[in-house]
Amino acid sequence: MTSDTDQLLRRILTDVLGLRQGQADDFTAETGLFGHLPELDSMAVAGLLTEMEDRLDIIIEDDEIDGELLESYGSLLAFAEAKRNGS
Amino acid sequence: MTPVCWPCPLPGGGTSDEYALTCDRDRSHRLLIVPALFDEANRLRRQTAEVMRRLDGAGIDCFLPDLPGCNESLQPLEVQTPEDWQDYVSFAAMHFGATHVLGIRGGCLLTPAKLTCWHYAPVKGSSILRQMVRARILASREAGIDETQQGLMEQALEQGIELAGHRLSADFIAQFQALAPRDGDDVWEIGQDMVGGAGLWLRAEPDENREQADALAAILSIGLTS
Repeated sequence: MTSDTDQLLRRILTDVLGLRQGQADDFTAETGLFGHLPELDSMAVAGLLTEMEDRLDIIIEDDEIDGELLESYGSLLAFAEAKRNGS
Repeated sequence: MTPVCWPCPLPGGGTSDEYALTCDRDRSHRLLIVPALFDEANRLRRQTAEVMRRLDGAGIDCFLPDLPGCNESLQPLEVQTPEDWQDYVSFAAMHFGATHVLGIRGGCLLTPAKLTCWHYAPVKGSSILRQMVRARILASREAGIDETQQGLMEQALEQGIELAGHRLSADFIAQFQALAPRDGDDVWEIGQDMVGGAGLWLRAEPDENREQADALAAILSIGLTS
C-alpha cells in the first residue's frame, strides 16, 4: 500500500521529468535521482523542491537540502513524509 | 511566422532594435504575447510558438517581442528594470497595434493596464526570485560554497546578483520582488487546470505539448472573437 505522499511525489517527478504516465510507478527506494538523471540540474532541482512545497504543503529550508536528500527516490520520499508529519 | 525588428525606446533616449516573432496578416484581432521570464522563457518558447501557429490558423494576428536583455536582445540585462520592461511592453502593444495581451507566467507581471489581458499561469516576482536563489544555493553547494536565501537577498538588494546566469541589478531585485500580476475586470486568468496536464515550465528540459497548445489557443480564440 502506497502512501498519499508517495503518490504525490511520483506525480511531481512525472511532471518535472516529463515522464510518461505510469513510468514513475517503477521507481523504487533505490532509484537514483540527482547525479543519475542528467536533466536534474540545479535549476530543475530548485523547481522540484518548490513544487514539493506547493503540492505537499511543506516548507523546505535551504540548509535541509543536501546531496543525500536527492540521492535516491527513497531518501526524497522519507524526507517528504517526515516533513508532512511535522518533523 | 515572421521574425521582425521593432524599435524599442531606451530609457536614456534613442532606440534599440529588438527582435519579435510575428504572425501579421493585418487582421482585426491582434494579440501581443509577453513571454515567460528567465529559465522559464527557454522552457516555454517552443510551446509559445506552437500556440501562435494555432492562433494564426484561427484568424488572430500575434506578436512575441523580445524584452531588452532577454532572448536575442543585445542590450545588457543588468541595466534593465521591471518598470522599464513594463514600459517596453506598453510601447510594443502600441507599435504592433495590439488589441489584446497574453502574459505567460512571469510575463503576467508586465502586461499593460489599458488592454484586455489574459494571464496564463501567473506567478509573483518573489516566487520566481526565490526559486532562482535556491538554484544558486544548490549550484554553489556543489562547488563547496555555503550560501543562504537571506544572505544572497541582502547582497542582491545592495549590489545586484547573478542568478542562474542572469545578472540582475539591485534596482531590478527591489522592484521585482514586490511585483504581483495585476488583476481587474479586464484581466482573465487561465489556470493550468483549464489547459490540462502539467505546466511545461515545470519540466527539467524544454518540451512541447500539442494538446495543451490546442487548449490554450482555443481558450484565447474564443475569448478574443466572442
